[in-house]
Parts: sequence; C-alpha cells; structure tokens
Amino acid sequence: MRTFDLFSESCRALTINKIRSGLTMLGIVIGIASVITMISIGQGAQTMIQSSIEGLGSNLLTVMPGVIQPGRGIVSSGRGAAQTLKNSDIEALKGIPGVAAVSPESSRRFQIVASTGQNTNSTVIGVLPAYEHVRSVFSEQGSFVADAHNRSMSRVAVLGPTVAQDLFGDANPIDKTVRINKVNFKVIGVLKAKGTAGFFNPDDTVFVPLSTMQKILAGADFLSLIALSVEDKDQMPRVQEDAHITLAQEHGTSLESPDFSIVSQADILGALTQITVVFTLFLASIAGISLLVGGIGIMNMMLTTVTERTREIGLRKAIGARNRDIIAQFLLESVLLTVIGGLIGVAIGIAAALVVRVGFNIAAEVSLFSILLAGGVSTTIGVLFGFYPAWRAARLNPIEALRYE
Amino acid sequence: MIELRSITKTYGESKNVVTVLQEVTCTIADGEFVAIMGPSGSGKSTLMHIIGLLDSPTCGEYILDGVSVASRSGDDLARIRNEKIGFIFQAFNLLPRATVLRNVMLPLIYGTRDSGSRLERAQVALRAAGLGEERWQNRSNQLSGGQMQRVAVARALVTDPAVLLADEPTGNLDTATGDVVLESFQALHDQGNHTIVLITHEQYVAEHAARIISIRDGRIVEDKKNGHRRAVRSITPAVSV
Repeated sequence: MRTFDLFSESCRALTINKIRSGLTMLGIVIGIASVITMISIGQGAQTMIQSSIEGLGSNLLTVMPGVIQPGRGIVSSGRGAAQTLKNSDIEALKGIPGVAAVSPESSRRFQIVASTGQNTNSTVIGVLPAYEHVRSVFSEQGSFVADAHNRSMSRVAVLGPTVAQDLFGDANPIDKTVRINKVNFKVIGVLKAKGTAGFFNPDDTVFVPLSTMQKILAGADFLSLIALSVEDKDQMPRVQEDAHITLAQEHGTSLESPDFSIVSQADILGALTQITVVFTLFLASIAGISLLVGGIGIMNMMLTTVTERTREIGLRKAIGARNRDIIAQFLLESVLLTVIGGLIGVAIGIAAALVVRVGFNIAAEVSLFSILLAGGVSTTIGVLFGFYPAWRAARLNPIEALRYE
Repeated sequence: MIELRSITKTYGESKNVVTVLQEVTCTIADGEFVAIMGPSGSGKSTLMHIIGLLDSPTCGEYILDGVSVASRSGDDLARIRNEKIGFIFQAFNLLPRATVLRNVMLPLIYGTRDSGSRLERAQVALRAAGLGEERWQNRSNQLSGGQMQRVAVARALVTDPAVLLADEPTGNLDTATGDVVLESFQALHDQGNHTIVLITHEQYVAEHAARIISIRDGRIVEDKKNGHRRAVRSITPAVSV
C-alpha cells in the first residue's frame, strides 16, 4: 500500500465524522497547549531569577563570617552574628591572582531621619569605592563613595532609590542632611533602581564610607562580608579555593573548619534554579495528566471506530488488504489526530505564553525544546493509544467481519 | 482453474465436531459460469470462503491456477485475493460515504501492480458493470440497491481477476433488479475473460449459470451442465438501474 493511499484513506475516515474527530482532538489540543504554557512560564521564571541574580554582580564570590550549616542554606547563615572578618583580610585577598576587585562591606540597620522630618529604618552599608564596580550599581544623581571619603572618614551618604523616595519624596536629596544614628551625614548621591533580587532589596539601603561606618556608626572593626570580583568566570573555582586557603592562614584556622564561608553566585543561582526546575516539573506534570486523558479519549474513539467499521475492515481484507495495511491505516488515523491536535496545541500554547508575558509580566518563553517535546509526546500518544484499536481491527476474521451487523 | 480435492471443513473440538464440508472434489475451468446451489446450512458459503481464500480447509487440497494454496502465508493469501479474486456480496459492502469511483478504485490501492491509470481502470469496470456515467460522482449511499450491486460488480472487476465470486448477489434485490445483475454476469461470461462462481439457494437464480453444482449437507449431490440457460433479457425488458 502506497503512503499516499494510506494518508488518503485515513484522512477520508477522519473527515467522515468531523465533530467526533474534532472533539477527540480537543483533548490533545488542551493537553499540549497547557504543557507548552506551563513549561514556558516555568522557564520564564527561571530566566527572571537568573538575570536578577546576575544583576547583583557577575563573577562574584562572597566571603561571609561564620559557617554555613549544611542543609540550612544561605538564608539562615547568621551573617553579621559572627565577627571573624577583619580589615586585614582585604589586603590578603587582593593578593590572590585572578581577583579583579575586593569590596568589603560592613552593614547594620539604623533609623535614618531626614531634614524633612521623614524617617525610615534601613540597612546602612559601609563600603569602599570598589563596591560600585563589584556590585554593578549606578548613580542616578551625584557620585558614589570615593577613596578620599574613606581616608578622611567623611560623613557622607549615598541613598538607595527607595530610601531617597521615603525620605525626600520627589525633592532633590543631594546636599541635604540625613541623621543616621544621631550623626549628621551629607547626601552626595542617589543610586539607580535595581529591583529586588532574591531576599535582599539593594534599593532600600544607604551607603557610607567603610571607615566612617566602622569608627563612627558601628564602633567596631569587623566586616559583614567581603565581595570578590573575579577577572574571568573560568577562574572562579580556583580563586574560591585560593581565597579559602589564604583566609584560613590569615585567621589561623584549619582548612576543614574555617570561621568563614565563601559562596559563589553559581551556588546561589543553583539553589534558586533548583526551586524553579521543581516548580516547572510540577506544573508540567499537572498539564501532562490532561494529555494522558486526551490520549485515552483517542483510544476510546478509535475502539468505537473499529467496531463501527467492522464490515469495512472485513471488506478491505477480502479485497486484498494485509494485516499490516489495516494496522497502518488505523494507526495513522490516531497519529493524525494527535499530530494535528498537537500542532494546534502548540499554536495555542505560544499564544497563551504571549498573553502571560504581556498580561502578567512574566518572561514566559516558548523554547524550541518544548515544541519538539510536545510534538514527540503527541506522536507517541497517537501510536501508543492507537495501537491497540488498530491491532484489534487487523485481528478481525474477515468472514465474521463481513457478516457483522 | 479451480481444483478442489477432497476438501473437508470441520468446526469445533473433539466431541462437538461439526462437519460443514465433506470430501468435496470438483474442478472449475477458466471461463466457466458455475452456480453453487443449496439450501441454507448446506455448506455453500463455507465452500465459497475456501474458494475465495478467506478460509482454509481442515483437510484436502485447493489448487488455484496450478498452485496449492495450503502453505501460503496470510500476506500471500491477501495478495492472491487482490489479484485473482473479485468478491460480490449479498449486502454489497460498499463504503457508504465514499463516491462510486472511490469505491471501485479501492482494491487497486492494495495492489502491487502499476496503477498509473486507476481512474481509467475504474471507468472501464463501471462501464462493464453497466452503471451510467452520471452516477460515478455520487456517494454510494445515494444509490438504489441495483445500482449499488453494479458498483460492487465493478469493484470486483477492477483488478481484472481470474475468478468472480458472487455470494447471493441478488439476495437483497427485487426480482427485476436481480435479473439485471444476473444479466450482467451472463454478459461477462459471454466475453469469456472471467470464471464466475455464483452462490445461491434459489433454483431460479442458479439457472442463469452454464453449470449447476448442487450441494447438500456438505456434499456435492449433483453437478450438471445447464443446457438451456435462462435468458433474462426477454422477460425483463425495461429495468433502469
């Protein structure tokens, strides 16, 4: 039997009962469309998280005091509680080859009062100028903390956009005075908004020179964390290793039980990516169930068809159809249903992803992978759920089939 | 050439064996028009199924065109059915929503022979079966019984088979229409290209054939030449189908 004849016979059979074929196909359409939409939403969420993490500064290693307990993750690391990072660590870390910049931070929450009378409770971070480059922050107005400010322990502050808005509203905060922990600071700059990233809002912060923070505000020489930017992404593992050894020597602790931890962006990204992958799988498996139900619908319809067309099958066998011709015809009918249904489903899925993108502001993206997956899955469903009815058809005894009423 | 040698067909196991055909032996030469006649339950349908390769005998040998078909695989039998045998059924068995032409061309899609001019062959077969050209694009469920049986005859003829097997072809037709179908068999016989085997329980229908094999309780009881073949043309002058 020629391929063209096979297609022609199967198409004819499907168009005879258009409503039934259409409704059966609808099951597959809904299944495929929801799988595509769910995967695209999941991947969109993943992309968003990735880009916001990378927005915190790429090629970044973060040294934190204390040890991250295995299983407790980065959230409950108790950062700031342990006071093991010292200013001397900065120079030691700068000596490691491959390190582009070292940005120590000392942070603490303070009540901040503006000359306008508005006040807010925000995180105040003592920084060196390297922070601007390492953390990829950009000034909206004015300038960032400079070396001169650190040398002279200047009482100057750079406001995050959220703080600036809270304290000064639409007024220009430059050269205004804010009181942090009852000390007057002159506002020298306002940063551009970055948006929230994970558990930390970089916009709701105030930056002061590190020396000012340590000597005047905190009264202690400890650091909350040290961020390292690495020259090249490929060097990250080696630099992380070197930094670990250097700091352990500096602190006089063993390599196995250090009093600090070093976390790379990749670690943080990995943890969050894992969450979104599970989330995507969860959504896709719910959608997969509807696909399964669609497949059972196909099988149901094909079994009905085989019964209805018993005499036709008997006739086809009498005039020379081989068993494999009968199987091929009925299998092709179910595969055509699922493939056409799958194509329509892909189209609807792409449209739905677009709606989610525009309407809900999630960067839902339909990947080629999910389209290929949907195509493969729908064809497989057609073959799997179509085979049994086709086999039943081929197995019919032509004499009995011809007499079937 | 159809050669049946001691064909026996039984159904069932050990104690409940039902013998449908017993030691049936006969030879039907190329170009013969034979009626196999017998009451219901006589085994004539089983005999037809065996001749048509839809069923196989329990014992005995069936030689079609000099080749024993006993050892053939299912696929081989399907190919032989397609190339050598044309079936005409009592219930017509047309695809109801397909056009007349499509119905007639159906056996050709299962054939291995060159089918470059399928449409042409279908048209030739339809003319031979005597169905007017104005009906060819109709769907088969829009036709009358006689027209449907003519489509079925055309479908049987389209592969140009050696043997035409007709199982009660007039059973669902009124006498006048049935006569027209029988007349077309006689016309085909007169051309001499096909062996025609007609299965019937009616003496009247059997008398249109040139040879009548009577079968009763699974045995051939009579095998005679029918010297004065009934001519239908004279008694049913104007039936339009």
